[in-house]
Amino acid sequence: MRLNKILKNTLLILTACLVLSACATKKEVATEAQGQMQGDVYTGTDTVKYLADGVPDRVFFATNESILTTASRETLRAQAAWLRKNPKINVVLEGHADERGTREYNLALGERRANAAKDYLMTYGISSDRITVLSYGKERPVDSGSNPLAWSKNRRSVTVKAN
Amino acid sequence: MTKKILILLFILIPINANALIEVDITRGNLNPLPLAVSPLSIDEESKKGFEKILKKENIGSEISNVVENNLRTSGLFNPLDKKAFLQAPDIANLKPRFEDWNLIKAQALITGKVNYVDDKLRVEFRLWDVLAAKEMMALAFTTVPNNWRRVGHIISDKVYERLTGEKGYFDTRIIYVSEEGPKTRRIKKLAIMDQDGANNKFLTLGNELVLTPRFNPASQMVTYLSYFKNMPRVYLLDIETGTQEVVGDFPGMTFAPRFSPDGKKIIMSFAKDGKSDIYTMDLENRIVEKITNHPSIDTSPSYSPDGKYITFNSDRSGYQQIYVMKNDGSDVKRISFSNGLYGTPVWSPRGDLIAFTKLHKGKFYIGVMRTDGSGERLLTENYYQEAPSWSPNGRVLIFYRETKTNSKGEGFSAKLWSIDLTGYNERQIKTPTDASDPSWSSLLSN
Repeated sequence: MRLNKILKNTLLILTACLVLSACATKKEVATEAQGQMQGDVYTGTDTVKYLADGVPDRVFFATNESILTTASRETLRAQAAWLRKNPKINVVLEGHADERGTREYNLALGERRANAAKDYLMTYGISSDRITVLSYGKERPVDSGSNPLAWSKNRRSVTVKAN
Repeated sequence: MTKKILILLFILIPINANALIEVDITRGNLNPLPLAVSPLSIDEESKKGFEKILKKENIGSEISNVVENNLRTSGLFNPLDKKAFLQAPDIANLKPRFEDWNLIKAQALITGKVNYVDDKLRVEFRLWDVLAAKEMMALAFTTVPNNWRRVGHIISDKVYERLTGEKGYFDTRIIYVSEEGPKTRRIKKLAIMDQDGANNKFLTLGNELVLTPRFNPASQMVTYLSYFKNMPRVYLLDIETGTQEVVGDFPGMTFAPRFSPDGKKIIMSFAKDGKSDIYTMDLENRIVEKITNHPSIDTSPSYSPDGKYITFNSDRSGYQQIYVMKNDGSDVKRISFSNGLYGTPVWSPRGDLIAFTKLHKGKFYIGVMRTDGSGERLLTENYYQEAPSWSPNGRVLIFYRETKTNSKGEGFSAKLWSIDLTGYNERQIKTPTDASDPSWSSLLSN
């Protein structure tokens, strides 16, 4: 009886381990398949256009956030350096949100994201006269998917040449 | 656009104030009232007259179909199959043989007749209580023939009111955003239609992005957001004349507009430097007032029907929640406290409830709560839905719903849906294209 019970318990533990390890492998595969995300911020470069050689045009945000990540700041510093070298070029910062929020709130959120980028460009010497902010809310996604990776690509501020 | 049409209304016989049949609309109605809509009878001469003008073979039947469809979609009534009717329309209108209608289990009966008089459409109808063998109501209308669908809607409203004790919502229109094209490059146009989907018309061409149209109380003006010249601003459109003008010409984006209940002001958000605050503009003297002043996002404002309070959406607590304040911006109180994010609050025309969108654990809900935040009730759950708008009697909510795309990003759609305040009678409202951001007008007649 007793032995039986111990055996049973061991078996249970064994199965539990099996299940857990299976889970872990699955999770790894899933993250890889999702491409480049850190937390829920997109870190990939595949959809990024370039303003100039080595100057990406966009930065990405976490859900409901407008805080700039380390990578975003690096991108914006590169943009600021390029804008300083090209003083006649003005830009529009287009702020966007993912589809998982109400339309009106997302319009405001897009504006807040673009302004976070604007503030950072200004601290690196770009005059506010050269920057226009435009929010599209969730109206202009780049990825039409309904999954976390697509949403992460859509939560963005894009720097577009205005002239 | 649509000419204002005069509808003359006569009461044939004084309405008996004592209710005979009654329909309770405060609960989900699982046993809709069986009723017979006898086709409105029409004489041969009138038939020919209308056929010439309206290209409809039998305008009497057409009007009855409008009535029948309205009553069925309300979920409160069960219009019986016409094939089972034993009495001819013309005779039924004179004096129904109640035994015959009782036999097919009709509890109420609508009869009537249509006449072509001096190029006008004259309609009379009667509502009968079959069990009590009594007339409950009799009315007649005269109007221009082109107005025949509205006559059907007005009859529906009168029947609804007589049987439920509350005003109807059938003689109304919906303004919405028509959507076409791929999700990444949607073409959006303002569109308007009757509440039942008939008479759909596009009001803009789709050259610029347009969002969130809302009626004023008289249902002649619409305020909306347009990206004209890539500058998102609040606009005003007169749907009679087609005139458009910018009203939110601030140094930045203005959005989320709505009218005050008296139609004299527009309340909206203005976004600047990463902050969105709520402002009002008096349409007469163009005086702008700042209502909220907070570094957070304050948006989606909606007035109480008496105009004394404003409900809105703010993330000042860290996340989107619903707040109520006095109309001067004082006395701000948070009212949503359950788990999840809350958006798009809209005050009921009856004043007692606020409808909202809620996001919780990856699902979107349309719900209602009392104006102090108590008594939260979620009416419907889905992958994505938002932006409820009340029927003028405060009994039905219209909103839009979007579908999830597959792994290739295909299969996206946006449709209009409605649900009763009871949580029952959820149904899609058919539109020629995809649709979003619906706004319900007030009753067009009376």
